[in-house]
Amino acid sequence: MELNGAEIVVRCLQEEGVDYVFGYPGGAVLYLYDELFKQDKVKHILVRHEQGAVHAADGYSRSTEKIGVALVTSGPGVTNAVTGIATAYMDSIPMVIITGQVPTHAIGLDAFQECDTVGITRPCVKHNFLVKNVKDLALTIKKAFYIARTGRPGPVVVDIPKDVTIAKTEFEYPRTVSMRSYNPIVKGHAGQIKKAIQLLLRAKRPMIYTGGGVVLGNAAVELVQLVRWLGFPCTNTLMGLGAYPASDGQFVGMLGMHGTYEANMAMQHCDVLLAVGARFDDRVIGNPQHFSKEPRTIIHIDIDPSSISKRVKVDVPIVGNVREVMQDMSKQLRASKDKPDHGALKAWWKQIDVWRGRNCLKYERTSKVIKPQSVVEKLHELTRGDAFVTSDVGQHQMWAAQFYKFSKPRRWINSGGLGTMGFGLPAAMGVQFAHPKATVACITGEGSIQMCIQELSTCKQYHLPIKIVNLNNRYLGMVRQWQQIDYSSRYSGSYMDALPDFVKLAEAYGHVGMRIEKTADVEPALKEALKLKDRLVFMDFITDQTENVWPMVKAGKGLSEMLLGSEDL
Amino acid sequence: MRHIISVLLENESGALSRVVGLFSARGYNIETLTVAPTEDPSLSRMTVVTTGSDEVIEQINKQLNKLIEVVKVVDLSDGEHIERELMLVKVRAIGKGREEMKRMTDIFRGRIIDVTDKDYTIELTGTGAKLDAFLNAIDRAAILETVRTGASGIGRGDRALKI
Repeated sequence: MELNGAEIVVRCLQEEGVDYVFGYPGGAVLYLYDELFKQDKVKHILVRHEQGAVHAADGYSRSTEKIGVALVTSGPGVTNAVTGIATAYMDSIPMVIITGQVPTHAIGLDAFQECDTVGITRPCVKHNFLVKNVKDLALTIKKAFYIARTGRPGPVVVDIPKDVTIAKTEFEYPRTVSMRSYNPIVKGHAGQIKKAIQLLLRAKRPMIYTGGGVVLGNAAVELVQLVRWLGFPCTNTLMGLGAYPASDGQFVGMLGMHGTYEANMAMQHCDVLLAVGARFDDRVIGNPQHFSKEPRTIIHIDIDPSSISKRVKVDVPIVGNVREVMQDMSKQLRASKDKPDHGALKAWWKQIDVWRGRNCLKYERTSKVIKPQSVVEKLHELTRGDAFVTSDVGQHQMWAAQFYKFSKPRRWINSGGLGTMGFGLPAAMGVQFAHPKATVACITGEGSIQMCIQELSTCKQYHLPIKIVNLNNRYLGMVRQWQQIDYSSRYSGSYMDALPDFVKLAEAYGHVGMRIEKTADVEPALKEALKLKDRLVFMDFITDQTENVWPMVKAGKGLSEMLLGSEDL
Repeated sequence: MRHIISVLLENESGALSRVVGLFSARGYNIETLTVAPTEDPSLSRMTVVTTGSDEVIEQINKQLNKLIEVVKVVDLSDGEHIERELMLVKVRAIGKGREEMKRMTDIFRGRIIDVTDKDYTIELTGTGAKLDAFLNAIDRAAILETVRTGASGIGRGDRALKI
């Protein structure tokens, strides 16, 4: 059957099982929008800014196993989307972003709303395509979905000139796709796995450190099995939270710059480290020279070979799908005659319990001024740890990670790699579309929320009952914290004067607004908000202005050089 | 350490800029880079000469492999290999210098490919070091213009980069 390009795009999206496309129309995508209008299988969600579209598609993807899809027009549509694309790229989120382009004959002539989309997005996508011929369109979209979801996932941009969307060709959606230049490895090397198992069974002070790869690879069940059988301590990175239940005794908390004392000390002093789907990021292991000073043997499982031995030299690299590799490991461990060294483990746990005894996440619980940590703790309690929680970037993000004890994967949705303020609210929209019945909370701050606040309007249009927890300390808190510690309290540009009245603002958008100023009011307010199941509630918590995130490893320092509180300054 | 890396990649528009973009984005060095289609017109072959520590070279290798359009990557410096570069030099060739320039070209096994009553254009192939040596051997002041292709490389013996 002969179809035009726009019809082909919509048919391809249907074939891929796409439910939602988050987008914003414009001249170059009018034929595409016209085709979307004529059907109802693929639902279009109109955002208020292209950054919001991409973050929403991103949140949708992170909270499911599906590919997020966004649709934007050429020129400014694309440049506005770039922050969202880069956010997804840094956190390896599978997405397909369809961008309109000026007609092929106008490309390169500085046409109205023209930009070099392939050039601008090249460094922040897994791959991108410019489709110049309608005959290539279906196969290109097939490839885009295939590349986005396989191997180390990531965003793929498909740039489609306007004339291609109206040109006609025979349509048949390819069933399969194979590319000679792209064949991700799935199965781990058997010899390497064997070596890893011997090392794990001989370990005296073992540690298991896992990242976003375990969440993205849907390997939480396999991780829990492996960790429980071994009896080893386990830590998750910011991106990996929820992969191992926080309530479990073998979990030592998040590690890194604002990780727990016990997690960081165990990382630093272990003799065998098993890293799974993690990348030894600078916010995770601090100074790599300091980290490498302690002798330890490192086993690293990752789907991306370039993540292995990038910042820290690895002894036993295992390239493969983390789920399959951990399945293989568990099977072989169970079959092995040898067992973990229980005597040594007992001593190691004793040491870890001493570190735990420092109670590094303590904060003043009797304060009348609202402590931001207490709001997150209360939210956890009242939602029974079962909400989807998105966040923006800054102090509130760290408190959310520290105090909302995630017990399931894909519940914690935040921009870890790029650290994009403005991510939380649009991401929460994507999550709510994917899980219409679930409680979705966006923990944010008064700085971050204002970066994509226009999406409150989208939430109204689609009746998204998101619960916004605004930890309002009237400062760009993380910046202020660093300025206090490293710049002699010169708060340059970190105080925000003339904040809006968030209650009125929420009401102006048609939502419910609440201001909470006293600790005693935190719980009633949260309860009331959670009861309003069909309304978006914007809770503006006026929190302690000078509270800092503890503990902390300062940038460039080693993991064992932690500051546990202001007394260490 | 200097490395010479051969890359087979899809002969598609944009593939070259992905490689070049990767080197600049990650701060890797490029000393020379050459690229042209192979006997299979759907593939291009690129030779990159770069320098870096073992860790950096390992990352370059992995990052190149990660590019979707890259089919194969071989670090030729890992084994015996041959390297050649082509240089064209336009030189002033007058008076006594004219005969001397012809002699030097013969010694370096170059060829004079264009002649006027005042100038020669010389074609020379060899390793980069040989081309440097030629430029050092002739009268510097006589050089009007040089153009070099950068190195192309191939493995010795039956080592072949094929898909």
